[in-house]
Amino acid sequence: MTDPILIQGGSLLGGGAADVLVADGVIAAVSTTPGALETTGVRVIDADGLVVLPGLVDLHTHLREPGREDAETIRTGSHAAALGGYTAVLAMANTNPVTDTAEAAERVHELGRQVGVVDVQPVGAVTKGLAGEELAELGLMARSRAGVRVFSDDGRCVQDARVMRRALEYVKAFGGVISQHSQDSSLAGPEACCHEGEISGRLGLTGWPGVAEEVIVARDVMLARHTGSRVHVAHASTAGTVEVLRWARSQGIAVTAEVTPHHLLLTTEELLGYDPTYKVNPPLRPAEDVEALRDALADGTIDAVATDHAPHARHDKQHAFGDAAFGMLGLETALGVVASVMVDSGRLDWAGVARVMSHNPARIAGLGGHGRPIEVGEPAHLTLIDPAASVTVDREASASLSRNNPWHGRTLSAAVHTTLLRGVPTVLEGKLA
Amino acid sequence: MNKHLLSVDDLTIDDVNTLFTTAAEMHDVQRREVKKLPALRGRTVINLFFEDSTRTRSSFELAGKWLSADTINLAGKGSSASKGESLRDTVLTIASMGVDALVIRHSASGACHQVAEWVDCSVVNAGDGTHEHPTQALLDAYTLVRRLGTLEDKHIVLVGDLTHSRVFRSNVGLLGRLGARVTVVAPPTLMPSGVEAWSASAGFETSYDLDEVLPKADAVMMLRVQRERMSGGFFPTAREYTVGYGLTRDRLAVLGEEVPICHPGPMNRGLEIAADAADAAQSLILEQVSSGVAVRMSVLYHLLAGEGASA
Ligand SMILES: [Zn+2]
Repeated sequence: MTDPILIQGGSLLGGGAADVLVADGVIAAVSTTPGALETTGVRVIDADGLVVLPGLVDLHTHLREPGREDAETIRTGSHAAALGGYTAVLAMANTNPVTDTAEAAERVHELGRQVGVVDVQPVGAVTKGLAGEELAELGLMARSRAGVRVFSDDGRCVQDARVMRRALEYVKAFGGVISQHSQDSSLAGPEACCHEGEISGRLGLTGWPGVAEEVIVARDVMLARHTGSRVHVAHASTAGTVEVLRWARSQGIAVTAEVTPHHLLLTTEELLGYDPTYKVNPPLRPAEDVEALRDALADGTIDAVATDHAPHARHDKQHAFGDAAFGMLGLETALGVVASVMVDSGRLDWAGVARVMSHNPARIAGLGGHGRPIEVGEPAHLTLIDPAASVTVDREASASLSRNNPWHGRTLSAAVHTTLLRGVPTVLEGKLA
Repeated sequence: MNKHLLSVDDLTIDDVNTLFTTAAEMHDVQRREVKKLPALRGRTVINLFFEDSTRTRSSFELAGKWLSADTINLAGKGSSASKGESLRDTVLTIASMGVDALVIRHSASGACHQVAEWVDCSVVNAGDGTHEHPTQALLDAYTLVRRLGTLEDKHIVLVGDLTHSRVFRSNVGLLGRLGARVTVVAPPTLMPSGVEAWSASAGFETSYDLDEVLPKADAVMMLRVQRERMSGGFFPTAREYTVGYGLTRDRLAVLGEEVPICHPGPMNRGLEIAADAADAAQSLILEQVSSGVAVRMSVLYHLLAGEGASA
């Protein structure tokens, strides 16, 4: 264990400035009386002007290992996560091989533990090989040392309603949740590469309409009600999805949802130059959808922000738009986007940010040690934010192995100053510790 | 003119008029016994076709050869990405051989726009996915101008599979700017998404009813029905399409004998256009093909022969 750390004068959510003493991986003391805590033999971090948040948790990260280590590894992805203020990430199952067995899940978990910069929690596939046909060994993954609780075929949608029903039923045995990439393949075929609307019509790109997401969300909500199980809507992207979610909540159906930073800020207009950096799935939607997603995040209809961090090697993006890979980076910039869109506009305060980027994602993922209140005895997963900073994003400065960064050249609000995992700094003054 | 011709939007009206004037001169050359002009001697033009199109490729090839350019045809590999060579690597390899212009046909919309960002030479879009085909639009407009004198206040009707038509997308951009009133006609399933907002801002009209529009037409442009689309459920049967949207013998009678008929080819005779209409005296379909070489000569000439050059 490292030296105890005293975070001095940071602003605590719902309270004023306070000193927080971290020792042996937990929060050892919290004092609102300045200078009351002993500083000898203690490493002091001057947190004057900084906001202290519980460590951020990402429900939706693609780390590409195993299989595409040229795009990202668990090591580089962990570093990017720490720089973004994260202390835990859920690593999606669509690697090669797919995380669809206990052994595969344990391997990802163990590689994450060896890097030791963030807690890497594997997501298990819902179906073998993401093929959408037979259930993967959900129970064995749950019972493995990785303790998998979130299952997703992300990248693909579980199209077959019967398979989805069985998955929802089955995971009830161990408190699992199915995270669904909602995309009806008969309405959004294999050619679909963007939002279907005026811009796709003009550009001659094959789009997929918002309704292809909404029909699956609506179906899954009804299946969740029928099975009494829990469904999680990954990367909600349309106003119609928000409407379905509102209705489901009004009925007391167990559904949660996430939205990505890019769906909170970017619109389908970005496609006008055919730049594949902006090719993402679900696609960027029109401004009306973006507005509805912001409202839904502010009022709690959408529970969480999740990055859908999707690194790609340069050559996988250097194709014509329709042929390029889907996805964009997000771990290092998520907090800045949320601050720019939601905090600067007054839609969320910092306690709200903690709710959507830490407490709620940890709860949805069943990560008991994360997303905890900043109180004595709690694990010392902490993120210090400089709310007054503004950062112009430079894609070359990224810790990720990939450069498909839609935020390059844009200025975002706030900055991650320090990240602590179990009381150990992983990031100090914005740099890897 | 710009360095590239990627979209009809790259052209000013002055550019278009200049291109047409030169095209007319080139057209005369085609009637000579010896068709060669020395204008592009020593220049290299590569036709890089990732998608097959004998007609467009031959047209560009002749255009280059008649201007004395070294013209080479290359077939690009089909590009279903993620593995293997990226489009960027492919075109950079070819462009680095010392090429003056790349004429590109690609199955993906926007492909030529991206290529233009990567290479130093001129890029001519010879059809990118369902996006644009600017030289087709130029040759269509050129052919119509020769027949009608001017497009000012002329009512031009485009009929067919608009969703999947790059010819439509280029034409609707160009014809309107040349002063024509444009109406596009298709069943709702073959109208591009968001066409309401687009037509409002771009100033063209839409209709589902060909019989209502046809009597007011000064020219009709029939677009090919991509037969492979029929299985996508865009319309029930070929028969039903023809009854609703084909230029049938009955509709030809309504049109009269003066209104010119265009079709970019290849035609589905009997589906979108009856043989009587295709072969009618007012049909410009073969003229479009010969105009095509002249227009492409004009385009290559203005892109490659340098500032202030005249034919
Ligand atoms: Zn997804």
